[in-house]
Amino acid sequence: MPHVRLVNVTKRFGTVTAVDNLNFTIEKGECFSMLGPSGCGKTTTLRMVAGFENMDDGEVYVGDRLLSSPAKNFYLPPEKRDFGMVFQAFAVWPHLSVYENVAFPLRIRKVNSAELHKRVTDALTATNLLDSASASPDDLSGGGKQRVALARALAINPDVMLLDEPLSSLDPHLREEMRFEIKALQRRYGFCIIYVTHDQSEAMALSDRILVMRGGVAQQIDSPLNIYANPANRFVFSFIGLSNFLEVHKANNAYRLAGGDCLPEGLAPPPALAGHERLSLASRPAEIEFSDAPNVLRGQVARKAYLGETIDYLVKLGEQSLRVQKARHSPGPEQGTNCGLLLLRPTWYA
Amino acid sequence: MSAPVRKKFFVGTAGIILFLSIAVLVVFVAFPVVLILFNAFWTKGAFNLVDVAAVLREPDTYQALLNSVFIAGGTTIGSTIIGTFFAWLVTRTDLPYKNFMKGMFLVPFMLPSFIGALAWKMLLSPRAGYINRLFMDYFGFDGPVFNIYSYYGIMAVEVMYLFPFVFIQVCGALERMDPTLEESARISGAGLFTITRRITIPLVLPSILSGALLIMLYSMAHFGTVAVLGIENGIFNIPTLIYERIHQSAGSFAAIRTGTVLATVLVVSAAFIIWLQGKVLGKGRYQIIAGKSFRPMELKLRGLRYPLLILCLAYIGFTIVLPTVVIFMVGGLKTYGLPFTMENLSLDNYKFILFDYKTTKDAIWNSVSLGLSAAVITMFAGVMISYVIVKMKVRGKGILEFLGMLPFSVPGSVIALGVILAWSGKFGVNLYNTVWIILVAYIARYMAFSLKANSAALEQVHDSLIEAARACGASMWQSLRDIVLPLVRPGMFAAFFLIFLPSLRELTVSIMLYAPTTRTIGVAIYTLNEDGETVMSAALAGIALVIIITGQTLITGLTGASVKAK
Repeated sequence: MPHVRLVNVTKRFGTVTAVDNLNFTIEKGECFSMLGPSGCGKTTTLRMVAGFENMDDGEVYVGDRLLSSPAKNFYLPPEKRDFGMVFQAFAVWPHLSVYENVAFPLRIRKVNSAELHKRVTDALTATNLLDSASASPDDLSGGGKQRVALARALAINPDVMLLDEPLSSLDPHLREEMRFEIKALQRRYGFCIIYVTHDQSEAMALSDRILVMRGGVAQQIDSPLNIYANPANRFVFSFIGLSNFLEVHKANNAYRLAGGDCLPEGLAPPPALAGHERLSLASRPAEIEFSDAPNVLRGQVARKAYLGETIDYLVKLGEQSLRVQKARHSPGPEQGTNCGLLLLRPTWYA
Repeated sequence: MSAPVRKKFFVGTAGIILFLSIAVLVVFVAFPVVLILFNAFWTKGAFNLVDVAAVLREPDTYQALLNSVFIAGGTTIGSTIIGTFFAWLVTRTDLPYKNFMKGMFLVPFMLPSFIGALAWKMLLSPRAGYINRLFMDYFGFDGPVFNIYSYYGIMAVEVMYLFPFVFIQVCGALERMDPTLEESARISGAGLFTITRRITIPLVLPSILSGALLIMLYSMAHFGTVAVLGIENGIFNIPTLIYERIHQSAGSFAAIRTGTVLATVLVVSAAFIIWLQGKVLGKGRYQIIAGKSFRPMELKLRGLRYPLLILCLAYIGFTIVLPTVVIFMVGGLKTYGLPFTMENLSLDNYKFILFDYKTTKDAIWNSVSLGLSAAVITMFAGVMISYVIVKMKVRGKGILEFLGMLPFSVPGSVIALGVILAWSGKFGVNLYNTVWIILVAYIARYMAFSLKANSAALEQVHDSLIEAARACGASMWQSLRDIVLPLVRPGMFAAFFLIFLPSLRELTVSIMLYAPTTRTIGVAIYTLNEDGETVMSAALAGIALVIIITGQTLITGLTGASVKAK
């Protein structure tokens, strides 16, 4: 039985539908990310799960416990939901010591003092904060503050942890380190995570499954690998990783690049898309080979730039262009020369 | 290569600006204050503490000190409670018409408190006050319901006009506070009441205290309300006693001594309060400002929603609308004490004051011309001084930073007394009994406003903008004229109105410095009232209110429009 369930969840702000009929489930111990550009509804969804935002339609369950249901006129306030939550801007209380910050949720629950001390100490140990227990959070670095926020969320030993862009206030180096710390804590405590981020590498590194959202609508829910390798639509393809799109027109039963040559033999859309007149041919810069074979795309290298580990090419195909990335060691055409291009994994979208 | 350039820089423009800045602050602010301290502590050719103690032990002075502390204490406590409560109500609950309420709670900032005191005197003076008479005549009360000529009357009136200081500070803190600080407490399991008590209040406490200290500072040195309501019953505080002594004894040595000693007490307490305020707000304690955020949760008042709305409306009606209406009504009466009927009311008083009565015509002209001159001079002086403090790296800046702090801690009555000591001929210049002495005092009094507005504007101008101009070949003057001045124009604009509008209703300084031909609006209202010309006094107060409110509305409209244009 899935642990967290969202059923037909919908949220409107005035005439704008911020979250549109969203459905997903999360297993116990799973790490589930919501990924998308800003304004896609991911944070609003998380806040509806937390109870900070009322929803207009749908239901949210944890286990068999109903949390919100406008239809049944039921709404459990956030303080009764027993979640752990970490916010982007840390939100540690500057007037309380590190220890008291972590102890707060336990004091609210009137946990007896021996048990409280044990659990606070546990949470502080798990987050490497034991030495700073009596410090003021203002004396800690950004990473330290975020550890306090994590420890505070851990203190009640929740089985659902809500993370709202928890790493985006940290510098890049620390961000990577904290990712693995969060993962390690999850393994140790066994909670499931709902993680909101706009950073795809963060979502890829952490998650068991990713939900990609756009304009309040779910685009794809899948494993990180599948999201990258088999994007459900053009948006997901472009949002994850680097991407190229070539516009292709069909005329007289032949496919032709918009403003360019006919496509070589063997490069054609799958039968399911054969009826369309205009199509997009998607490819990833790293999945293109330079080739001298006869049946390939032909173009001219307009720019060649060394980016350290990789070489970045911009190849003109008539009025359109493709980016190609190759490892530093592989030889490639020079700027201004003509070349052939072989798409290793051409993907078509209508 | 760089050495000669730097040398030229120092003795050139920068040196001149620094010298002028120090000179302005020394002549207008430091010199009068030093004279007060000198006169207080230097008697019979020697430094003398015993005499100071003796003056403080005189029953009148001692009582005035106690009164100042007592009135300021009560006013501070009352204003803090009311200000915090209303701030919480308009920022954190689902009270209806919140924005309107917020605007109304800030109205007392505009209204001169001595005009308010005048209105309350008309309403609640023991025998003649309209409310007291209403209860005695129609509800069978034997005596007055409330005597406004009392400590509590003075405190109540001061609270009405001072609570916005706390209100605006706490509103600001609550609005800027990162809502996730409260949300994380909620997700931790705390209910709204617990969050308010254990998270919200502690986090905004520095703002509450800082607003409270501001009120304390203001009330200690406050003249108008105590002058209108206290003197009648023999209640003096420090500023009113200084006024009374100087006024009665026309510059006798004993009066000046008492005045300077009391003024010293005011300066010292003001400095202490400002120091304390710096401590409270010090080191950016409690950085609670939000980055991105959703709006904070609103407490649902449910059944209390409408009772609290009525409470707010009643408060606004009672403390703002009622006194204002009374001023205008009394200003329209033929004779004070007549009932408000159509045949007793007319616009004759207003016409008389504006077109025929020389005293009030002069007063309006004096206030407007003094206000304009003081605002222009202080605005330019403020830009120059702030520029040195905020932007320039020159030797001797430390002195200026210290001098720049002075205007903030020198109350009006102290300035007035200092100006009398400095410009009455002892040092070769005699401005006493002329408008110039009032102008000099206004410049000193409003320098703090100008420094504040201009430094804030200058801090927004990044150094690199000026450096870029210099790199393009502009001289220091050219970069000032073409880059800095256009960028700080909004700050100068703000400074101008921050000075011009309050100066139209100024009382504390003018009352100590006026001569028969140099009355200001404030002085005219006050003296007409003292002379029993209550209706004329009320009519002039009404005109002053119209001028002030029109001016304020115009500026809010102008600045609002310029903000939108950005």
